[in-house]
Amino acid sequence: MHRDVHGDIHGDVHVDAVELDPELVGAGGADADHDVAQYAQWLGDDALVLAQRLGAWISRAPELEEDIALGNIALDLVGQARSLLHHAGTADGRSEDDLAYFRDETEFRSSWLVEQPNGDFAATIARQLVASTYMHELYARLQHASEPTLAAIAAKAVLEVAYHRDHAVQWTLRLGDGTDESRRRMVAGLDAVWPYVDELFADTPLIDRLGDRAVRPSTLREPVLAALRDVLRQAGLAEPDLPPAPCGGRAGRHSEYLGYILAEMQVLARQHPGASW
Amino acid sequence: MDGEVARAWQAAAAVVDPEVPVLTIEDLGVLRSVTVTGDTARAAITPTYSGCPAVDAIRCDVADALRGAGYRDVSVDVVLAPAWSTDWMTDAGKHKLRAYGIAPPSGRAAHSGPVPIALSVRCPRCGSLSTREIAHFGSTSCKALYECSACLEPFDYFKVH
Repeated sequence: MHRDVHGDIHGDVHVDAVELDPELVGAGGADADHDVAQYAQWLGDDALVLAQRLGAWISRAPELEEDIALGNIALDLVGQARSLLHHAGTADGRSEDDLAYFRDETEFRSSWLVEQPNGDFAATIARQLVASTYMHELYARLQHASEPTLAAIAAKAVLEVAYHRDHAVQWTLRLGDGTDESRRRMVAGLDAVWPYVDELFADTPLIDRLGDRAVRPSTLREPVLAALRDVLRQAGLAEPDLPPAPCGGRAGRHSEYLGYILAEMQVLARQHPGASW
Repeated sequence: MDGEVARAWQAAAAVVDPEVPVLTIEDLGVLRSVTVTGDTARAAITPTYSGCPAVDAIRCDVADALRGAGYRDVSVDVVLAPAWSTDWMTDAGKHKLRAYGIAPPSGRAAHSGPVPIALSVRCPRCGSLSTREIAHFGSTSCKALYECSACLEPFDYFKVH
C-alpha cells in the first residue's frame, strides 16, 4: 500500500491522497470476485508488460511512422491494462496503480511471450503478430462472456487489437516476402517467439471455475494457429518447428526478463508513492 | 428530456475534444447521458480508445462545465459499454472535421466478417479521391496519416473504428 510521504526528502513532489479511481467502470459496474480478478490480471498483465516492451521503441524505431505506430499500439494496450487491472482491483480494494506498480514479479500473471526482448524490428513484429492474433481471438469471444465488465472491456479492445494485428500482418508480409536479409530476420524473430505460443492456450483450474465468465484458452489454439499459418503462408514463411518452452507465467513463474521490465516500470512509483505531475 | 436535464446536457455537450478542438463531445458521440437530481448532475462519457489520454481531460472539462452551470454536486462516469464507434459521430461533426483539415471516417464501422473493405479517403483540401495511406497510425490514437496524390498535401484521417 501507499505510504504517506508528506514531509519526507522528496519535498518537491506533489502528493495526492491516493483513492480508488472511479473511472473506467464497465457495463454493470459490479465488483470482481477473486476468480474474475485473477483472470483480469492474466489479461491486464499481458497488455501492460507488452506495452512496456513496445514503449522502449519510442525514439528508436527504424522510421518515424513506425515510432508513432508502436507508441500508439502501446498506448492502446496501456488503456486496456488500466480497465482490466481496475476491475481486478475491485475484488480487494486495490487501485489499478496498486496492481501495476506495487506488485512484485511473482505476483504478475503475464505470459512469457510478452516478456520476450524487443530484439530487432522483425523480432518485435514477430512478437506482435502472435500477441495481436491471440488477443484478437480472445477479445472477439470475451465480448460475449457472461461477466459484464470483462465483456465490455473486450468489446472495446477487440477493435483496437484488430488494428494492431493488421499492422503486424502487413509487416510480416513485407519482411517475409522482401529481401534475403529481411526474410532472414523475420525467420529469426519467429523462431525466437514460437516456443512461447503454447502457454497462451493452457487451461488451469481457475478457467474451470470461471466457466462462461471467461474464454477457455485451449479453445483459442486452433483459430489462432490457423490465422498465424495463413499469414505465414502468404509471407512465404514456414511455421517454426520448435518445441514449446516450459513457461509458468499464469502461476507467477517468469522468465529472467520480467524483473528488469518491472524495475524500470515501477521505480518512479515506488520511490515517490502517490506522485503526480 | 425535461428542461433541467436539457440545460445540463447543453452545458456538458459544449465541451470540446482537446485534440480536435472544432468537435464537441456531442459531435463525437462521446457524451452518453446526463442526469439531474436537485443540484446534483451526473454525466456519462465513453472513451474513443481505451488508452485515449483525452478522456481524462474531457472528464475534468465536463465536470467544470456542469459546475459552471450551477450544479454543486457533479460527477462524470466513464462507461465502456456499448463501445464507442465512429458511427456515432454526427454529420455536423464530420463537416466540421473536414473543414478543419481532417478527413472524416469514410464508411461505417459496423460490419460482419473479419476484413472490412477500405473505402477511398477524400482529401479534405482539394477533394480528390486519389489519396494513399502513409502510416497506419497518426498523431493521435484515432487518426492515420494520409497523403493526397493530386495536391500532394499530407493530411490526418479520422479512421473508421
